[in-house]
Amino acid sequence: MFSFEPSEEQKMLIEAINRYALNDLRLKAHDADEGKLFPSPTVEKGWELGLLQASIPEQYGGFGERSALTGALAAEEFAWGDLAGALAVMTPGLFATPILLAGSEEQKREFIPPVIEAEWLPYTAALIEPYFDFDPIELHATAVRNGAGYVLNGQKAYVPYAAEAQAMIVYASLDGTTQGFIVPAGTPGLEIGEREKLMGVNALPLYKLHLNEVRLPASRRLGEPDGHDFAPILDAARVAMAAMAVGVSRAAFEYARDYAKDREAFGVKVAQKQTIAFMLAEMATEIEAIRLLNWEAAWMLDNGKEESSKHAYLALTGAIDMAMMVTDRAVQILGGHGYIREHPVELWMRNGRGFAALTGLALV
Amino acid sequence: MIDFEIPKPIAQQRQALQTVAENMMRPISRFYDEHEHEVPWDYINFMNMAMRAMGAGYLAPRESKKNGDEPKEKRPPIGYQSLAFMLECLSWGDVGLYLVTPGGGLGAAAVEATGTPEQKKKFLTRFSQDKPTFGAMAMTEPQAGSDTSAIRTTAVLDRATNEWVLNGEKIFVTAGHKSLELSDGLVVVWATIDPSARRAGMRPFVVEAGTPGVKVTKLEHKLGIRASDTVSIVLQDARVPFDNILGSPEVEARTTEGFRGAMATFDATRPLVAATGIGVARATLELLKELLEQQGIHIRYGLPPQKLTSIEKDFIDMEVMLRSAWLLVIKAVWMADNRKHNPLEASMSKVRAGDVVTKITQKAVEIMGPVGYSRDLLLEKWFRDAKITDIYEGTGQINRLIVARHILNYSGSELR
Repeated sequence: MFSFEPSEEQKMLIEAINRYALNDLRLKAHDADEGKLFPSPTVEKGWELGLLQASIPEQYGGFGERSALTGALAAEEFAWGDLAGALAVMTPGLFATPILLAGSEEQKREFIPPVIEAEWLPYTAALIEPYFDFDPIELHATAVRNGAGYVLNGQKAYVPYAAEAQAMIVYASLDGTTQGFIVPAGTPGLEIGEREKLMGVNALPLYKLHLNEVRLPASRRLGEPDGHDFAPILDAARVAMAAMAVGVSRAAFEYARDYAKDREAFGVKVAQKQTIAFMLAEMATEIEAIRLLNWEAAWMLDNGKEESSKHAYLALTGAIDMAMMVTDRAVQILGGHGYIREHPVELWMRNGRGFAALTGLALV
Repeated sequence: MIDFEIPKPIAQQRQALQTVAENMMRPISRFYDEHEHEVPWDYINFMNMAMRAMGAGYLAPRESKKNGDEPKEKRPPIGYQSLAFMLECLSWGDVGLYLVTPGGGLGAAAVEATGTPEQKKKFLTRFSQDKPTFGAMAMTEPQAGSDTSAIRTTAVLDRATNEWVLNGEKIFVTAGHKSLELSDGLVVVWATIDPSARRAGMRPFVVEAGTPGVKVTKLEHKLGIRASDTVSIVLQDARVPFDNILGSPEVEARTTEGFRGAMATFDATRPLVAATGIGVARATLELLKELLEQQGIHIRYGLPPQKLTSIEKDFIDMEVMLRSAWLLVIKAVWMADNRKHNPLEASMSKVRAGDVVTKITQKAVEIMGPVGYSRDLLLEKWFRDAKITDIYEGTGQINRLIVARHILNYSGSELR
């Protein structure tokens, strides 16, 4: 049976996140972007909303069950507040969720509870690589068998909180397939590079990472001894990123709409001009269409439907274009004011382009 | 709880319809495109029988039977959802032929949406008889397209006989010929009972086949959907009984309630019309995929766009467009089924569908080059057929206006 109505529980979660997004993330987004960091109490407050904790079963320290759909609803709401803030809050999920999805029973018991049962801690993951044709299923970084263990080599980029991370999942190509490895901080050969300087998401500390003969025991391979299927992790990343694109787009659309209803030109509000009104109508339609596409993909993942990976891919593909279209138009509707950093639309536009490059920075 | 599972009855119905679309529509698709104004009686007769067997009738879901003796388990209503799937599937077969499926079309939908129980009984039973019967809606006039308040057709009450006397000219009436001349059908004609009241005076009237003074004056020649007749109708002192008016016979002073009530029909029909376009676009994408595969081109999903070929990128974008538009349609009809106010969602689905089905069908012809442009394949026909989606039942522009007014919370005078 079709239904487009979130459950009561989901509605409550959305409401709670919305309040946080409005009163904390949105309020601090500008200064965080300029100052290149979200204050940790803000991140901690977002963490305490318990999104990740609620997606981990009790035996691993959480109090719920993972749902990509619930995660998508939540991610949209966080990102509506601010993308960098949303990514910061959700960073520990980059470590815990892959272990939940693909780890062995032992790995789940060993590695998930310390993340889940504590305050926000910088656990992270390294997937993205500094190449124009970066492809999560065909990585340049390599893992090679070495006796009973593995040796990792290669270059990583965009690793959140790498400098202070206690442990991270590092993805590398093993025999041509993407595999995750659990790498504690301080492992010899794991060299944290300089902080990334990007067009957007400046408040999120991202680092380059060099893998120089990083030696790991076999037990650190995700899903040891035989490894894991990477698809569920990539699916979770795509749905998360698409949901965040919807959130950022919604923020930009609402701001442009309200501005257009306020700003006068030629004796009327600019929103009363069809040229502006139609832009807004198309933005709203686009957002709703892609939101539904992503909901469906998430629902398919949760229900183990055939072709759910394809749908997650389609949803993100659509979301990348939507985010650019909507955030660009938001700046355009504000005209010169949109180009000034006092208004948030230029930040949303810079972040909006990010969705083409940031897949892997959040999981649901 | 958010859910995307197709309801079982719809899944079953879809299988049956797919067979119909493949075997009864596709084989004659090209013939009726090339023989405009010939009537596909074989298809019509078959569908009349089949629809009756399926219990389907006109373009509106049946009201649930008010039978107190049946303490049936209460199921969520899926009437409009079921119709959307049905129309999508038949239009996948051939949208022109779908439009000549007997059963009342938009005319019956208007009666269903706004008629009294007596009117429904009187006017709708004809659509489930042995003989195929058609219905139509006559709104557009030579000077009044999207601006329906400019309608000039008049309805004057003759108190002596208690009849409405209709005068005027209607154009672009889908299935008007079949409704008035090829069957004992009906046309719902929009006319004003008080020209000075503008919108507030607008009412739909049921005009039955055989009414003196009603004449089909022109059969149009069109870009596409050629299996479907589009006609002009002239009403010259056409008299219909008093009770053939849908909605109140009074002009509410200074309000447009009557008009609004009638326009609510569109909240139900717009997503359904969007669904027909989606069917054409799905047919196009499926054939395109097949043709590409014959050339050894398989779409590689999951790659970053930097690694995709131009054809792959185009194809994937088209899939995104099609699926997301279809989900907007489903949401709009789901709202209709659950009696949620849906004018915004209905218009959104129509805006999006109108856009994407034209883009998809145009791109498919482009990608296939000289093969796509040739009438040897149906791609060029679907290109022509799809275009109407962005025009009838409110152009893309009118629907954008409706979406804009809703999201901005503007009235018609604030956003003209």
